[in-house]
Amino acid sequence: MIYNEEFETLPREAIEALQLKRLQQVVGRVYHTVGFYRKAFDSAGVTPDDIRSLDDLKRLPFTCKQDLRDNYPFGLFSVPMSSIVRLHASSGTTGKPTVVGYTQRDVETWATLMARSFVSAGLNKNDIIHNAYGYGLFTGGLGAHYGAEKLGASVIPMSGGSTKKQIMLLQDFGPTAICCTPSYLLFLAEAGKEMGVDMKSLRLRVGILGAEPWSGRMREQIERELDITALDIYGLSEIMGPGVAMECIEGRNGLHINEDHFIVETIDSATGEVLPCGTPGELVFTTLTKEAFPLIRYRTKDISRLMPQVCKCGRTFARMERISGRSDDMLIIRGVNVFPSQIESVLLGIDGLEPHYLLIVDRDGSLDTLEVQVEVSEKIFSDEIRELQNMEKRITKDIKDYLGVTAKVKLVEPNTLERIEGKAQRVLDKRNI
Amino acid sequence: MKVEQISIFLENKPGGLSSVTRALSDAKINIRALSLADTSDFGILRLIVDDVATAKEVLNDQGFAVGKTHVVAVEVPDRPGGLNSILELLTGKGINVEYMYAFVERSGENAVIIFRFDSTDEAIEALQQNGFKVLKGEQVYGL
Repeated sequence: MIYNEEFETLPREAIEALQLKRLQQVVGRVYHTVGFYRKAFDSAGVTPDDIRSLDDLKRLPFTCKQDLRDNYPFGLFSVPMSSIVRLHASSGTTGKPTVVGYTQRDVETWATLMARSFVSAGLNKNDIIHNAYGYGLFTGGLGAHYGAEKLGASVIPMSGGSTKKQIMLLQDFGPTAICCTPSYLLFLAEAGKEMGVDMKSLRLRVGILGAEPWSGRMREQIERELDITALDIYGLSEIMGPGVAMECIEGRNGLHINEDHFIVETIDSATGEVLPCGTPGELVFTTLTKEAFPLIRYRTKDISRLMPQVCKCGRTFARMERISGRSDDMLIIRGVNVFPSQIESVLLGIDGLEPHYLLIVDRDGSLDTLEVQVEVSEKIFSDEIRELQNMEKRITKDIKDYLGVTAKVKLVEPNTLERIEGKAQRVLDKRNI
Repeated sequence: MKVEQISIFLENKPGGLSSVTRALSDAKINIRALSLADTSDFGILRLIVDDVATAKEVLNDQGFAVGKTHVVAVEVPDRPGGLNSILELLTGKGINVEYMYAFVERSGENAVIIFRFDSTDEAIEALQQNGFKVLKGEQVYGL
């Protein structure tokens, strides 16, 4: 099933024609309503009239997270506050959060794109959706909620936390789908097992999981432990929230980007140069229809690759590969680029290891050190020192083989690494650079 | 003739060992014998207790990784060459000792040695055929 068939299956030329028309409108609008863009375009020597083809997009300057902070809280809004009906904000782990606003029409569009996402996960109005994304300033909770209602499904506005209640409602209400971060779903699966619940016998059929990078192996583990299909959803609050792109259940190979509402480019993070379609790089988004908070060429720091081929589900929107990491999550260890998700993939490739790990990066003299802490599950525990040391050596070797860095592996007691109910903290960088 | 031993993974950090002994003490479990093997980062605590099932359960509840292994308890004459006679026998049979630890019976007459062999059944057979006293599980749990 396809929710907006007329848009989601447009031929490539029609998508591009629609994108150009909408791009010209939004560029003109921000130039005349947002001081930041007028200044940025003027100093780049480009005016809205210069945008004659999609290729001209690259003449426009980038927008980055710091620009959002500099204009905190409402400086980049392009409509008066009287037209704003909703505000959200990012978690803002350092300094002020970044604030985003929505008009009534923006909220409607967002709900439609989330409804599309649910339909591409095989859901319809008969489904019950357990929404464990946090409700509040974070876009996950309300974003998924409005989409589920738009679709006509029954939504359980569970939010995060209250683990025991989550498990109880998963059993008693019999939801057929769950929305949360992948690490939180694994946390729930573990908590359920500890409570003696057979997590495979739940009515859950599909997980719509996102808001953090995860690996293919983590997906396999989730599918095995809960007996569901796990699908990847992508979004970020600056662009809209969840629903910017969504994997389809038919293809399960990349996430369809809602190209009638967004233009995506991939760039080289270091030089800012636009890369040919299909080359991995940093994703850059331009919103085409957002009224309250349009963004031009926003650098996401998320690393992915675009796949323009038409998918077997029939959707013509280009797909992006699962996010392999974030350019700011990327650790440079003795000159080698390492993404936490790569380490996760190595760990999950070893039988019996759990995806609970912490990377500690430090500096010894002038040399970077990487320590990988891994929890010992009963599956790998042995009463013989030698066996455990062999396991440490095996992990060290696999990391070296796959990533080319030498790590010190430290086994730690089970359940000692932090399980955050939301985004998992996997890296502790102690270097003061 | 096998004895069930539980083993616990411990990080080398203050309070690690006492959290195990506290959990066992609260559950009124008696520790009959123990050994701690360690590296610079972690240790493995091996225990013979009077109630294996309960001990595993309370330690799992505390979040520990707990293993169960079969070991062999052999009574060793308390005289020079007592242990050596056992090891020579096993060496001759090509049986490998993974680890061992000793404790003394209440009466103080004989020492009891707990062995972990690479081939447990063969070891028990060889020991019995050569007149060594291999203790039953219940004898050890109730020592």
